[in-house]
Amino acid sequence: MQTAIREIDNGVNVTALLGAREALSQAPEAARFTWRASCDWVMGTHSRATVEGFHGLGEEQQHKTRFAFDTDHPEVFASEDHGPTPVEYVLVGLAGCLSAGVAAVAQHRGIQLNSVRARLEGDMDIQGILGMDRDVRNGFDDVRVTFEIDADATREEVEALVAQSQKRSAVYDILTNPTHVSVQVK
Amino acid sequence: MSDARPGRRPRPTRAVTVVVIGAGQAGLAMSHYLGRAGIEHVLLERGEVGNAWRHERWESLRLLTPNWQCRLPGLRYAGPDPDGFMTMPQVVDFLRDYARRLSAPVQAGTTVRSVRQADDGYRVITERSEWRCRAVVIASGAFNLPVVPPLAKALPASVDQLTARDYRHPGQLAPGGVLVVGASASGLQLADELQRAGHAVTLSVGEHVRLPRRYRGRDIQWWLDAAGIHDQRFDEVDDIGRARRLPSPQLAGGDAPATLDLNALSARGVRLVGRLVGLHETRLQFSGSLSAHCAAADLKLGRLLDTLDAWARTRGLDGCLEPPQRFPPTRLPDAPCLGLDLADGGIRTVLWATGYRPDYRWLQVPVLDRKGQLRHHGGVVDAPGLYVLGLPFLRRRKSSFIHGVDDDARELCDHLAAWLARGQRQRARARHGTILDGPSNKAEDSPIAHCHLDA
Repeated sequence: MQTAIREIDNGVNVTALLGAREALSQAPEAARFTWRASCDWVMGTHSRATVEGFHGLGEEQQHKTRFAFDTDHPEVFASEDHGPTPVEYVLVGLAGCLSAGVAAVAQHRGIQLNSVRARLEGDMDIQGILGMDRDVRNGFDDVRVTFEIDADATREEVEALVAQSQKRSAVYDILTNPTHVSVQVK
Repeated sequence: MSDARPGRRPRPTRAVTVVVIGAGQAGLAMSHYLGRAGIEHVLLERGEVGNAWRHERWESLRLLTPNWQCRLPGLRYAGPDPDGFMTMPQVVDFLRDYARRLSAPVQAGTTVRSVRQADDGYRVITERSEWRCRAVVIASGAFNLPVVPPLAKALPASVDQLTARDYRHPGQLAPGGVLVVGASASGLQLADELQRAGHAVTLSVGEHVRLPRRYRGRDIQWWLDAAGIHDQRFDEVDDIGRARRLPSPQLAGGDAPATLDLNALSARGVRLVGRLVGLHETRLQFSGSLSAHCAAADLKLGRLLDTLDAWARTRGLDGCLEPPQRFPPTRLPDAPCLGLDLADGGIRTVLWATGYRPDYRWLQVPVLDRKGQLRHHGGVVDAPGLYVLGLPFLRRRKSSFIHGVDDDARELCDHLAAWLARGQRQRARARHGTILDGPSNKAEDSPIAHCHLDA
């Protein structure tokens, strides 16, 4: 009789990631990445951004396809709603980053995930962007992420996955810590 | 000979088999084992025995480990208060008595200026003398230089700054608010002491390790010892780099000390903020990750207690221990403060409890990695005959504790003795098989000639 051992598979190649970590520890300069987006204004509050190339591992890299993203504002802002608002893209980025982290950490820890759903909310007082009250900031003043995770693991193990994914998340870091940003006109 | 430059009095040059740098617990423990193995050695100590304990700690500090745990090779605590926690003068007495019992060959007041590789060993230059030796043991500690973030330089001059190494007592500080940066053992103890002394304390909290002082009726150090956590070896853990970088756990010694955690400090009125991450003009910026760091520490504490409970159960100890308990999660402010303007005067002093790093500026041997840390495998440094002792998790989780240095010193002394013996055999072969050996090497090969003064 053969006992079937279920392979843990969250679709994350942990071996490759650990290999990359090892290789980069020998050549830390290759770990410098530059991510890029470009954006064309369309009309009104509607713009279209594209993402295609980036730099990393010491050379130029390409996504498999060119991705395009419409950004706009909803009709309550007197706009035409051709796409999500830019701040919603920030929530999208945070969700994608934390969820990828949960999957990677689960794979590394041998935890099978059955489903992972994150719900995100960001609070904002638009008196800031409307210039009505200088004491109100423009951006989010609170962001909440709630994960619903079905996994072959205890509640504590699932909580530890979520904690570790925050610890290693780029977007979580970008949102919680100040970042130098320069904006210039060419 | 090498220093016979014109106009300069040559330093006396001595030869010894092993130079140990530092006469704290690590250097003394190594001296014990070297002495037992009959290996001639000297301990070069910049100040006196136990110098850092003597001169670089605040007045109220007690050891984080109970007296019964304070042991060194061949010495156990035999005083009247095994469950007490030593003051710094008591630690110094403990080490000084140990050095006397060992008759350790300590050269006090001898600061090492450089260590270089030389033919067949090392050249150690101090202010006053030069030593030739086959092997060097670095036992100068891990906590030499305070680490302070670069933004410290940009703080307005109206704010006083000091590090935990320079802090002695609350009276040193100007009246007014204090920002304590760092939430390991030092940061928590200083925040507590200053808040009790009447300062309004804000504590900046990043990654931290939460531990109760006592658990199920026993000191937490008893648990960590008994359950084998302290004995976990460097080659058994997943990521030794990470294990070595862990901040020191939130603990305090004292007369019947209580648990000192973030909840205890909040209850006393200390304000918790996230990690200090930036300074924009006069405004300090704190990370929005406070809740994540606290949740992670709470989870890790729960996991540790699960491990300890499982160990107690399998050992059949449940009957003689109090029942398991779990501690309430860390309570956080509803809207954590993300920024503080130093211009408004609420913060008069910033106290940096942001950790230490070892000082290797004198080490002229290419064994440092790009982060300035020694490349070593369990204390065997990446250069033949060079060893290090007393760093966090050097060979075991307990390596940087007073009681943790014994096992490491014994194993490294064995390694060192084997290395010396191999070298002696090789030189003997070279002498008999070839004519490579010149008269100048003779003295070093003869054990009785060690430690002589030749200049």
